[in-house]
Amino acid sequence: MTCLEKNIVLQMNHIMKIYSNGVVANEDVSIELEKGEIHALLGENGAGKSTLMKVLFGIESPDEGQILLNGQETSIRSPQDAISKGIGMVHQHFMLVPSLTVAENIILGVEPRKKGVFIDMEKAVSAAEEIAQKYNFDIDVRTKVEEIPVGIKQKVEILKALYRGADILILDEPTAVLTPQETDELFVQLEKLRDNGHTIIFISHKLDEIKKICNRATIMRSGRSMGTYEVKDISTEDMSRLMVGRDVVLTFEKEEAKPAGVILKVRDLSVRNAQGVLKVDNLSFDLQGGEILGIAGVEGNGQSELINSLTGLNKSYQGRIFVKETDIEKSSIKEIRDLSVAHIPEDRMTSGCAGNLNILENLFSNQYTDPEYSGKMLLKVKRIQARSVELIKEYLIKCRSFRQNVGMLSGGNIQKVIVAREFSTGPGLIIANQPTRGVDVGAAEFIRKRLLAFRDAGCAVLLVSADLNEVFSLSDRLAVMYKGKFSGVFTNVADVTEEELGQYMLGLKHQEEQEGVIYE
Amino acid sequence: MNNAKRFDLFRMFFSVLIALLISFVIIFLVSSEPVTAITTLITGPLKNKRSMGNVIEAMIPLIFTGTGVCIMFSANQINLATEGGFHLGGLVAAAVALKLGLPAGLSPVVAICLAALAGAVFCAIPAVMKIKTGSPELVSSLMINYLSLWLCTFIMMHFLQDPSVGSASYKLPAASELPTLVKGTNIHAGLLLALLVALFGYVFLFKTRTGYELRLTGENENFARYSGISIVKVILISQMVGGVIAGIGGSVELLSPIYTRFSWIALLGYGWDAIIICTLAKKNPLYTPLAALFLAYLRTGASIMARYTDVTLEIVQIIQGIIILLVVAEQFLSGMKHRMIAKEAKASLKEGEVA
Repeated sequence: MTCLEKNIVLQMNHIMKIYSNGVVANEDVSIELEKGEIHALLGENGAGKSTLMKVLFGIESPDEGQILLNGQETSIRSPQDAISKGIGMVHQHFMLVPSLTVAENIILGVEPRKKGVFIDMEKAVSAAEEIAQKYNFDIDVRTKVEEIPVGIKQKVEILKALYRGADILILDEPTAVLTPQETDELFVQLEKLRDNGHTIIFISHKLDEIKKICNRATIMRSGRSMGTYEVKDISTEDMSRLMVGRDVVLTFEKEEAKPAGVILKVRDLSVRNAQGVLKVDNLSFDLQGGEILGIAGVEGNGQSELINSLTGLNKSYQGRIFVKETDIEKSSIKEIRDLSVAHIPEDRMTSGCAGNLNILENLFSNQYTDPEYSGKMLLKVKRIQARSVELIKEYLIKCRSFRQNVGMLSGGNIQKVIVAREFSTGPGLIIANQPTRGVDVGAAEFIRKRLLAFRDAGCAVLLVSADLNEVFSLSDRLAVMYKGKFSGVFTNVADVTEEELGQYMLGLKHQEEQEGVIYE
Repeated sequence: MNNAKRFDLFRMFFSVLIALLISFVIIFLVSSEPVTAITTLITGPLKNKRSMGNVIEAMIPLIFTGTGVCIMFSANQINLATEGGFHLGGLVAAAVALKLGLPAGLSPVVAICLAALAGAVFCAIPAVMKIKTGSPELVSSLMINYLSLWLCTFIMMHFLQDPSVGSASYKLPAASELPTLVKGTNIHAGLLLALLVALFGYVFLFKTRTGYELRLTGENENFARYSGISIVKVILISQMVGGVIAGIGGSVELLSPIYTRFSWIALLGYGWDAIIICTLAKKNPLYTPLAALFLAYLRTGASIMARYTDVTLEIVQIIQGIIILLVVAEQFLSGMKHRMIAKEAKASLKEGEVA
């Protein structure tokens, strides 16, 4: 078929985007939009979806590649430029002024004028009502934005883009903040828009939603496009495989676990988040030396809150946590670390490293007080340098020297720096939260092998991961976390199928009696 | 030196060059004798011993406050109370010199030590407020400077004032004065102390445990906390050490041969200048003497120019302003930097494919 027949409205060809810290967010991405389709952009966190959309919306300029709008090569210099070319974006975090009315928000920046100076409010209201009616949005445009629920706010955002003449609408994870009912309503609206000839880019990693509403899907993985597929022709399994790259089957030679006494003991732990929502609900479990306890689950089911409490980052919890028989309720993070606890954090850039400091400085943040590396006052620079060289070698960190800033390394190498730091203290308990997320296959395998080696040496490992394959291949015991509880615990991992695990993850199944959670 | 650092250095020189060129254009526009004015600005300080001395004298307080600010800013504590700490240091030194009647040799030592203490306590106030109440140190330290100014003025007027002069203290005794190092100039022993402090600042930040904690926190507080570093300790120590240095700076300045009385009834501005020094030195105390030398040279040159030609002293503020704008402007030459980084990244992508 030719372009004309298919009516291609937008093409982005071989887009490469390198950020100023040297991170290659888009290596080679191509995407093609047909008029009147809902096109899913699918990929894991860090796959480069947002970067690609920022390039399209004029927030970032690409280093290589071209953008064709209706067959014409074009460059998009700013969001204003994008809007004038008929591209609108609804951000995940709404960009609305709460104290203004819906109508005022819609016309903001493109106000109808009276005598060239004053805002013509009557016209504004009627224009806003007109556009809401045209697209069947049931909204009272005179209400203040602060008084309306999230679902309506999102509609206002969409109307804002439509009012500015958007033909192509980018929706960045639009359902993340919506209730199921609101989501259904949104889908109805999106279908109407599509039938009106609008083209919609739907960014998501929720496969069922994509199945439900999208025509085609472009799948991205670590900065590359993995192809565009007709949604009806591809199974969710294939989509997820392309997205997370699970075709690389991992099998590890695993010796029988040799349990070596309880190291971590959690009893009746409940944690609320800052908004007061119960995120960990009366959880109890034990973890022994020499075993890996894997925790699977959809993100946001209390995993982060659990880990923050175990590592001392969160001190407001109910229940008791013991590390090697020490109750850590009053212990500082340093004191917990001194109990030989290592922690690989969920998000390496926010808390795992300092991008503007060099590799050496990032390798010792947890052990610079060790007499090996410092006296009472001064750091033993020579020894630290020598040890850095060793660690870089041992952990295969690809860099020019230990003086290179960590922010200039690739994601996988940054992760290796973190892993090297955490593992080099000879930990007795490793708490690993998404240890291989957004990391290339080689680095991921390296990190997994290390985790196994520590387990064989008698170390207790708590592994939280969204990567099912990882949890399956490493865990000696496997728990599924759903709404702050373990919905299922499996002592024999080989007996569980992926489908079954999925049902526990989504809360469709729940074990009434759980065995093997506590050793007593 | 890696590419990023080399680029920063290049950008710095380029900024200075642009600022000078713009100021030359302005001089050409406003002056009837532009060539003389520019020559005086550039070479004036080198004309005689006294002018060269003026440059070095002007450097000394800048090194102190610049180093103090480097330490606080390295920990990402934007404490601007060096201004007030410096002022308070001067007052404490004057009080010690006038009231304790200590012998020569001992008097300046005691004065400097007590001034250091006063500076530490003073600069710790915003830190404690931050820890206890969460108030941003930027605002509290900015306002607290006026407290220092008026407190010092009050104490001077009530306890140290020389009624025959008015708004100044009694004459400081000879026993408290810092010795002159070079005859025929006012270059004093404070220079050595200033250089020592800059060196100390460098060692402290880059070679000690505490300095490492400060820098880690300054670069990424979440990372520091996760690593087990006490953020409260970093907030307090960084601002107190900055205060110590500011206090010493104030006392050294007052005890130098430049001043015979405590007559500071307005803030002197060394705290503000310190931010320029810190910016030019890229938060590394080791470079503060260089940055201070540059600024002092420029100011001395400008004041000579103002004396002998029709161009006023304020031209120096234009130059300063442009340099700071360009140095802190992330986007300045960012296109060039980005091309450099993109080239490296593409090269390593290719490497990866081969390997």
